[in-house]
Amino acid sequence: MTVDAKDISESAPVQKATRDIYLPPARKKITGGDTTHISAKEFSIYYGEFEAVKRVSADILAKYVTAIIGPSGCGKSTFLRAINRMNDLIPSCHTTGALLFDGEDVYGKFTDEVLLRKKVGMVFQKPNPFPKSIFDNIAYGPRLHGVNDKKKLMEIVERSLRKAAIWDEVCDRLDKNALGLSGGQQQRLCVARTLAVEPEVLLLDEPTSALDPKATAKIEDLIQELRGSYTIMIVTHNMQQASRVSDSTMFFYEGVLVEHASTAQLFTNPKDPMTEDYITGRFS
Amino acid sequence: MNIGTRKILDRSFTAVGIGSIIVMAMALMIVVVPIVTNGIGAVFFTGTIEHRKMLFNEFNRGDSENLSSEAASSNRYRAKVYSMMTGFEAELETMVPEKQAEYKAKYSQVRTSLQALLGPLPGDPEPMLTRSKYGQTRWEKAEEKLHDLLYESKWDNSNPDVMAKEYFVSRAIGFEGTSLVNLFPYVENNLDKILLPEFTCYWGFLTDSSVDSHFFGGIWPEIQGTFFLAIGAMLFAFPLGVVAAVYFTEYAKPGFLNSMLRSANSTLAGVPSIVFGMFGLAFFINTMKVSESKSVIAGALTLAIMILPTIIRSAEEAILAVPKTYREASLSLGSTKWNTIVTVILPAALPGILTGGVISLGRAAGETAPIIFTAAVSVGSAIGLADVFSSPTPALSWNIYNLASEHEAASQIRHVQYGMVLALVSIVLLLNLSAIVLRARVSKKLKG
Repeated sequence: MTVDAKDISESAPVQKATRDIYLPPARKKITGGDTTHISAKEFSIYYGEFEAVKRVSADILAKYVTAIIGPSGCGKSTFLRAINRMNDLIPSCHTTGALLFDGEDVYGKFTDEVLLRKKVGMVFQKPNPFPKSIFDNIAYGPRLHGVNDKKKLMEIVERSLRKAAIWDEVCDRLDKNALGLSGGQQQRLCVARTLAVEPEVLLLDEPTSALDPKATAKIEDLIQELRGSYTIMIVTHNMQQASRVSDSTMFFYEGVLVEHASTAQLFTNPKDPMTEDYITGRFS
Repeated sequence: MNIGTRKILDRSFTAVGIGSIIVMAMALMIVVVPIVTNGIGAVFFTGTIEHRKMLFNEFNRGDSENLSSEAASSNRYRAKVYSMMTGFEAELETMVPEKQAEYKAKYSQVRTSLQALLGPLPGDPEPMLTRSKYGQTRWEKAEEKLHDLLYESKWDNSNPDVMAKEYFVSRAIGFEGTSLVNLFPYVENNLDKILLPEFTCYWGFLTDSSVDSHFFGGIWPEIQGTFFLAIGAMLFAFPLGVVAAVYFTEYAKPGFLNSMLRSANSTLAGVPSIVFGMFGLAFFINTMKVSESKSVIAGALTLAIMILPTIIRSAEEAILAVPKTYREASLSLGSTKWNTIVTVILPAALPGILTGGVISLGRAAGETAPIIFTAAVSVGSAIGLADVFSSPTPALSWNIYNLASEHEAASQIRHVQYGMVLALVSIVLLLNLSAIVLRARVSKKLKG
């Protein structure tokens, strides 16, 4: 097969003027989804002297999917990781302001970060299953929290794998090493592992950036499945993905939360000109 | 850089690399081949009837009927030798005094040579040392001793400008005209019938205790002592080292104290082992009084201190090499730091930690200096497990040095020295091999 050079210049597709591609699909309303689950008040995060997230104030609704978009280095991952205190791993990291989870300060003096992380699960950019069997990967969390009964563990493992839509693919090789799975399967396994500890919030940090389109579609379907059961926050570089999966979207730029609105509104009728520039691709 | 130069550079680097590998391989061969060929001689050799007698008397091993029939056949030839000697002794009595004195001196040399070759002669008093109770147990040694019997060694000092030169004079010529002159060709021609050489496979070398300070017998006490010391050192150093590595990598806050501790650890790794030996004597024995004097426990502790820095280092590196994502995954599931370390990080770091551990084990097995003052004795029997707190033990590394340089008959027991060297090299090699296998198995399990 050959491509004629003439064809390339002459048949360039006409740029769509509208932003229809970002129109989110219609979704059903979620019952009990009008409460605030996570709420940031003048919340800043510093790496040493550097202020990575600047005085962010936002309310995240329970049971809905919230997407966080923005160019690289804008602080969106930092903000997401602050919610379950994964930033504690970085010694120079500290915060000001307040970040409330269920009305309690995440960075409060008496907050038990281990308990918090149990309630706020996280899936990372790169699939990171443990070098153990599939079963042990899923059972890791429940075992930590005191479930040792083999039958009960099996139940949890099956339920979690089913929720993560990977049960059919792995049910006959639960004792095989999880590193033998494909990237997309590994990522869904990581979701299942997080679901096994029965969190209330699911933080997804660019969960599809290391996956091919087919695996990405599966993860997106999975997010739709989980919508309504968990409060989901997803950081993504892919704006179409944000529009496909989320109910509301936050746009970060250089550490500042520029706009936070319903996804339909943010992508079709952004209030801030910076948001408009970003989603129309004038900068990235 | 143009493509021609680049290719020439690539090729010359390849050539230099291959060349250095060949040089190293040759150096290794030069070291290993004599160790192996000579060391194997301790187990496989041509043994004489004296060896079988020794085994039967000292270790109660062998077939007594077979041995007595062999002894009978050997004794028939020996009887001839002895009768020649008694004949000459009678002849000596009849000689004129000057001649008598001259021959007596020569004859006593012959007697000594014969004793070395065949063991005690009839009429000799029961020897004190076990080594004098038997003749030559090894055929190649017997041939050397035969040479000593047949030829007298003399030194040519005629030219004062050069070093004296050794030359040999046939003893038979000295006894020309006497009845003893027939003894020399007789022994030479019938030595195999007197000593009955036979291919011997003496596995007991590895499992027997030594007799008469390694003149006969095996090296089991040394092998056992080496294992006791090395494993004892590991028992102390491995858990301590892993815990210290976990502290350094997971808990220590960067700062002055931490960097001091780290550099102290690095310095410790470079301290000469004899210093550890002196430290062990001064600290564990004289100050802490872990035992009255030298003991396995004191030696093991000293070796443990010596290998600790290496274990800490390798464990630290193994822990740091565990991907950060494992830690994140575990913590995000609501695991505590301690739980994350025990259930995720240490298992993932296990191959590296084990490799460092086993290599240190090999080093502990091979070190001499730390145990000279703390644990090693030159000759001793194998000790029981209960005695490790109170008694010292022989150990391969120290006994190799001792047998090669301080033993009163070092040149007579070369095969024992080489046998010990081969045993030690094999033990260390085996340990390293097991490290490789262990590592491969664990990492295969991790990779799935």
